[in-house]
Amino acid sequence: MSIARYSLIAAAVLALTACGKQQPAAEQGAASAAPAASAESSGGDTVKIGHAAPLTGNIAHLGKDNEYGVKLAIDEINAAGGADIGGKKVKFELVSEDDQADPKTATTLAQRFVDQKVVGVIGHLNSGTTIPASKIYSDAGIPQVSPSATAVAYTAQGFKTAFRVMANDAQQGKVLGEYAVKKIGAKKVAIIDDRTAYGQGLADEFEKSVKASGGEVVKREFTTNQETDFNAILTNIKGAKPDLVFYGGMDAQAAPLKKQAAKLGITAKFLSGDGSMTPEFIKLAGADAEGQISSMPGQPKEQMPGGKEFLTKFKDTYGVEVQLYAAYCYDAAKVMVEAMKKAGSTEPAKYLPELAKTDYQGVTGRITFDEKGDLKNGAITLYTVKNGKWDVLEVVN
Amino acid sequence: MDIFIQQLINGLIVGSIYALIALGYTMVYGIMQLINFAHGEIVMIGAMVTITCINLLLGLGVQLPGPLLLLAGLLMAIPVSMLLGFTIERVAYRPLRRAPRLAPLITAIGVSIVLQQLAMLIWGRNYRPFPAILPTVVHDFYGAAITDLQIAIFILAFLLMGGLFFLIERTKLGRAMRATSQNPDVAGLMGVNINTVISMTFVIGSALGAVAGVMVAANYDQAHAYMGFMIGLKAFTAAVLGGIGNLAGAVVGGILLGLIESLGSGYLGDLTGGFLGSHYKDIFAFVVLIAVLIFRPSGLMGERVAERA
Repeated sequence: MSIARYSLIAAAVLALTACGKQQPAAEQGAASAAPAASAESSGGDTVKIGHAAPLTGNIAHLGKDNEYGVKLAIDEINAAGGADIGGKKVKFELVSEDDQADPKTATTLAQRFVDQKVVGVIGHLNSGTTIPASKIYSDAGIPQVSPSATAVAYTAQGFKTAFRVMANDAQQGKVLGEYAVKKIGAKKVAIIDDRTAYGQGLADEFEKSVKASGGEVVKREFTTNQETDFNAILTNIKGAKPDLVFYGGMDAQAAPLKKQAAKLGITAKFLSGDGSMTPEFIKLAGADAEGQISSMPGQPKEQMPGGKEFLTKFKDTYGVEVQLYAAYCYDAAKVMVEAMKKAGSTEPAKYLPELAKTDYQGVTGRITFDEKGDLKNGAITLYTVKNGKWDVLEVVN
Repeated sequence: MDIFIQQLINGLIVGSIYALIALGYTMVYGIMQLINFAHGEIVMIGAMVTITCINLLLGLGVQLPGPLLLLAGLLMAIPVSMLLGFTIERVAYRPLRRAPRLAPLITAIGVSIVLQQLAMLIWGRNYRPFPAILPTVVHDFYGAAITDLQIAIFILAFLLMGGLFFLIERTKLGRAMRATSQNPDVAGLMGVNINTVISMTFVIGSALGAVAGVMVAANYDQAHAYMGFMIGLKAFTAAVLGGIGNLAGAVVGGILLGLIESLGSGYLGDLTGGFLGSHYKDIFAFVVLIAVLIFRPSGLMGERVAERA
């Protein structure tokens, strides 16, 4: 074996790691080649609204769900001939893009939205992508309403263009922590998070709340949002003998985590945030999903003011069940268009003040923003898996 | 202590799967000096075909015990992967056999991306749960938990490895493979059909890959179109760790990598006082790879064995 041959292997390894980084970009080509254009882009009275979520990768099902939610709202408005804005009928074109749940891709994409002169952005799905992108929208003065980014940091940056229609992690983490200690009666708690802005943020808030309620955190472990093997960290957790395990992250990890815990003979209760409260979680975790408790900001879908109607409409239009945030996306789009109507303009600078003053009765409830752009008085609902279905456990206001 | 044993078990299971996949890389490298980056995708397709097949059988209302269903799925996945491996070599690598070394390498990466996208078109982008056909029986082993499935994975992996060694060392085809790896031109002059030998190498490697794919899917209860990339990268690391081109090296490298990962992610957090945590697990594989390449560029067992196959 010559030295040259081995240096080639080294080169190959480098090439491979480099390609590992770039590969998602290659994947994006195929998947986002068909941005969901919902209106005919002719005539001067059509404006573009951007939507960004991961449409490929391991939470693509949630991204697609978000896209459908926004699309439903915009298609409705267009089907009615457009919205009355400043005496004209204005139609909307949805530009939906794939941010791959990747912060770098999200910022590139945000810049593309700015260049395309979208008048507003619904998104992104993850906190990790929403936060870096929000700087670009803020600089360009484009209003952004995230349906699902719950990290506290998003609205804490002081951007006037940043809004969300969902309770944030400070509220959610607090409720979860109190529930774990006071209602479930857990004394020793183990916490795992996926090191994303969302997972880590929620886990930190949960930890604070557990300690404030008198619980003890016996183990803090970490994973990533790409991982499928949790045996090592679960083994460590098993050694600490907790009463309850909390996971901050999405369903693609929460489900195998729960399954592998069962195989390792861990009998502790499992608690998690909104990222795991999906039908997909039950599908992936199978029988081991039973007993999982997850929270979700907002009222239960069925108890939402317009919930039943929305769910039927969604099912009829797309032939699939709502996964997670679709109703919030629907409301986010409606809230944005409402603000345009009131301002009589689709220009970002003109309708932004109206957006901040929003008081809208949406599918998910009444939407008003505080001075930071956070949703006021967001309720939080706790669910548990019972007989293969998510059941409402408790609504905390 | 029971935690340590548990981490050892975790490492051994995952390591034996890595070893099985690493054999596919190392066999092809031994014969063609080509790193077949598409091998990870063959693993993925093996897993996907098995899941589809089992779901199909369940959908038809076939009443079979879980392990038999799994076997049926496996028997479907192995030929598919074999055919795929054969086709890849035929279509993508054979025309480039005399081309500069970089050309087949880039082609391999291209094939890998094509297969990934193809899988996404066929099976969608969502995670596919592995059908719940196997009972989860947890055995207690000195305080550590181990399931029937994990025991089966471990035994099967070593049976297959043993079978492969027998094939290479004791059969006519194995002798032809060894001859080809030493000098393809001379082997050809001695009457060895080089094309057949290379095709067989891909076919056997792919079969092992398919079995490994099913093991991964069954052990972690899920599969998805992207799973081949990371697992392929790890197995490739294992192959290089043991000395690429060397069969025994691939096995040692795989097991070692599994153990390093498992113990590393289990104890790193405690050792560094929480400064580095278990989410650095994947980094171990690559730190180890770099260290080996610096101090022992030919891999742990790369020099001692002259023969490659």
